[in-house]
Amino acid sequence: MSMKATIRQVDSVMVVDVSGRITLGEGCTQLRELIRDQLSKGNKNILLNLADVTYIDSSGIGELVSAYTAVSNQGGQLKLLNLTKKVHDLLQITKLYTVFDIHDDEAKAIASFQKA
Amino acid sequence: MISEPSVVEVTLESDLKNLEVAEEIVRRVAGTAGFGEESEHQIEMAVHESMINAIWHGNKNDASKRVWLRFEIYKDRLEIHIRDQGGGFDLAGVPDPCSGDNLLKVSGRGIFLIRTFMDEFHVKHLPGSGTEVTLVKRIDPAHQSK
Repeated sequence: MSMKATIRQVDSVMVVDVSGRITLGEGCTQLRELIRDQLSKGNKNILLNLADVTYIDSSGIGELVSAYTAVSNQGGQLKLLNLTKKVHDLLQITKLYTVFDIHDDEAKAIASFQKA
Repeated sequence: MISEPSVVEVTLESDLKNLEVAEEIVRRVAGTAGFGEESEHQIEMAVHESMINAIWHGNKNDASKRVWLRFEIYKDRLEIHIRDQGGGFDLAGVPDPCSGDNLLKVSGRGIFLIRTFMDEFHVKHLPGSGTEVTLVKRIDPAHQSK
């Protein structure tokens, strides 16, 4: 199953519901293009909902880091929502858990952008 | 007397599309070996990352080349051998992706994950024929309960 993403706007935040595999190749490319597209439209507050991500590999983790850096460099914020246990564990193992702002409640995640 | 392992061997075209094929085989082999869900996922990820190294870095994404996988199930461990037709790499030259300067780098976490998830990880250069990595996961009650 490849990666799928749907985008919805909640207040000033673009919520991206990601499902499937974020792995080397198609999944990573899709995510990269999606972030680039949002930034080009001036959408700098991005919340990645990873609840339905079934598989992520080291390249997928790298793509999350790349997205985080790209958004931060544009003066925006990229946050993560609803990590599965597998993604949660991988971010802890790679010491990235403290780099990302991670939420498990969408409303609170949206509110955290407004406070920033 | 050393008992013979149960062996599963497969040869795959060097194509990223075969990652999911390899993962399916890993799940079946790991299940047969008696690993629990968490260990099974760790082995699956380690093989996935090794396959990427073999296809992408070793065989340079050349679909005319091959990747060989050999699974050996012993009573106390699962040994996985993955061989490509590339020139190999130096483990000592792989930086720590968790150190401050490397934390926000986009790449460089594959070998780290393999080492984290497996009990042993070896790389052997086969002059003129490629590179073989060996992954070992021991089978013990702790693994089987996860």
